[in-house]
Amino acid sequence: MAEIRSRLALLSQNLRYRAHVFPLPVKSLVSWAEGLGLARGGKTILYTGHLYQLLPYLRVLREREQGFVRGRDWLSRLAPVLNPWINVSRLAILGREERRLQEYYTGVLRRVVKLLRKCGVEPGYLYEKEYYPGTLAYDLGLEGVFELQARRVVRAFREAGVRTIITVDPHSTALLREVYPQLFPDWDFEVRSYLEILFQESRHLSLRGEEGVYLWHDSCVYVRYLRMVEEPREILKRAGMEIREPRFSREITRCCGGPAETLFPEKAGELARARMEELSALGPGTVITLCPICHFNLMAVSGPDQRVEDFVRVLRLEE
Amino acid sequence: MIRLRPEWRRIFEARERDLDARRCFNCGTCTTLCPLGLKVLPREIFRYALLGAEEKLRENREAVYACLLCRLCEVNCPQGVKITEVIRLLRVYLAEEDLEVRP
Repeated sequence: MAEIRSRLALLSQNLRYRAHVFPLPVKSLVSWAEGLGLARGGKTILYTGHLYQLLPYLRVLREREQGFVRGRDWLSRLAPVLNPWINVSRLAILGREERRLQEYYTGVLRRVVKLLRKCGVEPGYLYEKEYYPGTLAYDLGLEGVFELQARRVVRAFREAGVRTIITVDPHSTALLREVYPQLFPDWDFEVRSYLEILFQESRHLSLRGEEGVYLWHDSCVYVRYLRMVEEPREILKRAGMEIREPRFSREITRCCGGPAETLFPEKAGELARARMEELSALGPGTVITLCPICHFNLMAVSGPDQRVEDFVRVLRLEE
Repeated sequence: MIRLRPEWRRIFEARERDLDARRCFNCGTCTTLCPLGLKVLPREIFRYALLGAEEKLRENREAVYACLLCRLCEVNCPQGVKITEVIRLLRVYLAEEDLEVRP
């Protein structure tokens, strides 16, 4: 229980004092956009919600924890005591594997921009003014700091003159669509997932996919919170790709275990392995995920001969 | 013996008005479907919350935090209970009372 308490305290402190769930140097959060020429702010922006950028650092923490299993309890007790004065998150240094993961996720975000441009959408970006939406705080019941964070997010949108927010992950999309409007009576932003834009426009685009056999994993949040089931399937169909689906798919998809990662990493691993077994039972092929957390968690338990790819990484745009 | 704290229950009910855990008729669909396979999740937890059995809730604190919020139970609930929202609400109270993380 001390671990849960410590982790909640860390999250709460980080959001309160540093406006971030896991405070990292600004460069780690915005460098993916280097050279893309994205305008600063504007009516339509791409909102990353920091999820893709955070995951390589989460891997560092997980690895470190596994290495310190015996001393875990006193370490976890000490961290929240030190954290108000020393940003303990900065102690996470990426190793080779994490840097590779960071490059991969950078590629995902850059490809989303490329796809949006092909759809005729030129989004702006808030760079260092983009704040984490507070998903983890909301989910874990840290209501006070969540509201504090949400106010920062909305203030940044207003100051930049934003009207339409394009999201790249299901968790940020659901939060901005379902929770923020309840919190802010004057909420008048349009929230669109890049998948919805791609679905709408892809019939006019020359899309194609990498050849191969694809095994489909639905995200719980896309299908059960956002009711987004057919859109990504249709995009792949238009790209000439076929998918194989496990029995537990669509509205009854099984969780990848990702939400347990923060407090119960071992449980998260168990669930991910069970899901990978279901997908592998479909035969050899590349697993496709739509959510960064699903990708991160399933990839962590995949074998050397198994590939797990983010949705946008298997799509190609013919020049 | 389960000790009840009616005042705790009232706090919960005030916030829980629109979420309606009381509509649960204990069919067990949610528990059967739960990927975590914890027998207290979510219907038993809801009973404790509705009764104001604060100590039992605290005993099962880990289960409350373990819930994945995946909504597999919720979309299959015959009574349409907003299960994940109730779980999240329980976390709000556990965080405020036990962990002293009020804003």
